[in-house]
Amino acid sequence: MFIIKYVLRNLFRHKLRFILTVVGIAVAVLAFGLLRTLVGLWYSGAEHASDTRLVTRNAISLIFPLPVSYLERIRGVPGVNAISYGNWFGGVYIDEKNFFANYAVEPRTYLNLYPEFVLPPKEKNDFLLDRKGCVVGQRLASTYGWKVGDLITLKGTIFPGQWEFALRGIFKGAEKATEERMLLFHWDYLNESVRQSVPRRADQVGFYIIGVKKPELAPEVSLAVDTMFKNSLAETLTETEKAFQMGFVSMTEAIMVAIQIVSYMVIAIIMVVAANTMAMTARERIGEYATLKTLGFKTGHLAGLIFGESVAISVLGGMLGVAATFPAAVWIESELAQYFPYFSVSAETLLLELLCALVVGVVSGIFPTWRGATIRIADGLKRIG
Amino acid sequence: MGIPYSYSFRNLWTRRLTTLLTASGMGLVVFVFAATLMLAEGLQQTLVQTGSFDNVVVLRKAANSEVQSGVERGQAALVESQPEVAIGSDGKPLLAKELVVLINLKKRDGNKPANVVIRGVNAVSLKLRPAIRLKEGRMPREGSAEVIAGASIARRFKGGGLGETLRFGMRDWRVVGVFDAGSTGFSSEIWGDVDQMMQAFRRQVYSSIIFRLRDSSGFDAFKARIEGDPRLTVEAKRETRYYLDQSESMAKFLRILGLVLTIVFSIGAVIGATITMYAAVANRVTEIGTLRALGFQRRSILSAFIMEALLLGLCGGMLGVGGASFMQLITISTMNWASFSELAFSFALTFGIVWKSLLFSVVMGFIGGALPAVRASRMNIVEALRAT
Repeated sequence: MFIIKYVLRNLFRHKLRFILTVVGIAVAVLAFGLLRTLVGLWYSGAEHASDTRLVTRNAISLIFPLPVSYLERIRGVPGVNAISYGNWFGGVYIDEKNFFANYAVEPRTYLNLYPEFVLPPKEKNDFLLDRKGCVVGQRLASTYGWKVGDLITLKGTIFPGQWEFALRGIFKGAEKATEERMLLFHWDYLNESVRQSVPRRADQVGFYIIGVKKPELAPEVSLAVDTMFKNSLAETLTETEKAFQMGFVSMTEAIMVAIQIVSYMVIAIIMVVAANTMAMTARERIGEYATLKTLGFKTGHLAGLIFGESVAISVLGGMLGVAATFPAAVWIESELAQYFPYFSVSAETLLLELLCALVVGVVSGIFPTWRGATIRIADGLKRIG
Repeated sequence: MGIPYSYSFRNLWTRRLTTLLTASGMGLVVFVFAATLMLAEGLQQTLVQTGSFDNVVVLRKAANSEVQSGVERGQAALVESQPEVAIGSDGKPLLAKELVVLINLKKRDGNKPANVVIRGVNAVSLKLRPAIRLKEGRMPREGSAEVIAGASIARRFKGGGLGETLRFGMRDWRVVGVFDAGSTGFSSEIWGDVDQMMQAFRRQVYSSIIFRLRDSSGFDAFKARIEGDPRLTVEAKRETRYYLDQSESMAKFLRILGLVLTIVFSIGAVIGATITMYAAVANRVTEIGTLRALGFQRRSILSAFIMEALLLGLCGGMLGVGGASFMQLITISTMNWASFSELAFSFALTFGIVWKSLLFSVVMGFIGGALPAVRASRMNIVEALRAT
């Protein structure tokens, strides 16, 4: 009881220093949490991928197409429930800065395979009937202020020309994490145009999406599909949607690893600051420690006193940081919605934030404790200032 | 008269541990600051060095990269006949019609897939890129399924090393040589005979045409003519410009990321400096009183403490820059979004980054030391002397 009271009194002896340290730790913990969440988001696309969907693409690499004639052959593979296909269109809206995904897909089957794109029945019907129609996600529509009925022109980078689409519907994601910055249009429209301009590029698709009956069938089906086209002009590579997305993620992994390292670095920075604060505190109180020792307090008591103080400071800072994480996440979600459609902090991250704060407290207490414990009473009392 | 500078310096020295801790806190921030700038710089340097100013890249209109582009044979012949194209010593134009595609290769460590640029070249291609030297093995024989790999591909990708084989386009390709392209993007490419490649990939069109200008100033005339020619659907860029565009988005991303991170992190370091400087002032109340009693002005006290804080910041800055300079030994490889392919590049330290980092650390020191210095300068002489 006495020790706790002593620790509390000690905490507030230098109010300014106490407040500064707590704020510093809070900022660091907050930054750590947000960075961790950011890294998590990078992988979230893969985590939310369905395990009953497979992606088939050209085995050489994504830039090579597959003939559309594979469609019926793949459909015949046992275990295949549904199949759709499409092309990455790579269109640019006005300027290259306005980047969003746009695909030419076979709309009927594609929308069936992706039930997470929720489209009002009327809009869906309009889209399916209009060959030059397109649908976009809610978030994309609000970014550019598009309304149903608008004409959207994309400049093709892979398929040259100006492509005009009539906006027929705006879909919402079934979940918060569903990608909504996306434009979909009819593959037929693309194909017909290409057939006229560059006939050799017609009747080719960039990828097939295969729906399997059960997730357990995925390995069998992908093996069956790839074996079927082995040694053909366009060999295929079939993998689960998750593996496909992870392939993308892993290509830019170096940057994510760097961010992860940096997120721990911020903790290291604040650890140094906290350790410094505690070292200064201990230096100022060396005389007191000697007095306490003279009075018969053991090293354990001193350690409790010092660790109690440093842990109290950092845990307070940690809690403040955790508390600030929520409003920060909400702010990012509303202000930076363009980049981070959703920014939810996981419980694991919050726990790690607190753990980091605790580690900072413990580590910063080590040196002062060692000083207090090893100093000889006479030396401590002799010391001035 | 001002207080001697050595006063500030010695004060830091007396409190070595505290000084070191505070400076290393700032040093870490400066490290992050410098490292991200170096990364963006390294990326840009690699891609800019890849191009040479007198080379021109001709791509299909609106294609942002060679991979997206396609130039028909007929159009390629038209470009070849332009008068701006330099003629080599053998009387042939210094012009290469190349094929650039991506293949999916697995890395040696971790088996992770990445998109690697594979370039179909002819004999002139090598003359157009003076940076490239054959390091091991030999050049591929024309008309055979042989390739040479860039040093960074040979090291990091399965099947990329000398004597190994790669399988794509229904054929096995033997790696007969490894070339060194310095710190250019070509180090992350695989080269082979263009005609063989076109057959293997079933491509009837070239991706890009690269040629040397006869006269460097002829570029504008050339560009205007071919872009206005109704028979051609191509656009021309200087090679340097082309590769700079390729690095733009990624370098910008790295810079913004670095800036946001360092601003947040610097809050922590500034707080550390403030605490240190407040403690420095608090411990020296009597000393400050004495200085004032000796006749030093408030202004001198203020500047002495600010100087101490600036020195502290500078120490941190030097620690950070010193640490960051070791990052130059590290090579990072990641996907460049603009070209959708793997690119290896290193951290690059420039004089600009050094002084920006040092300035940044000094500013941090100043912000941290300003309030404590003001407090020191405002002390009342009598009260300060009485304090124990």
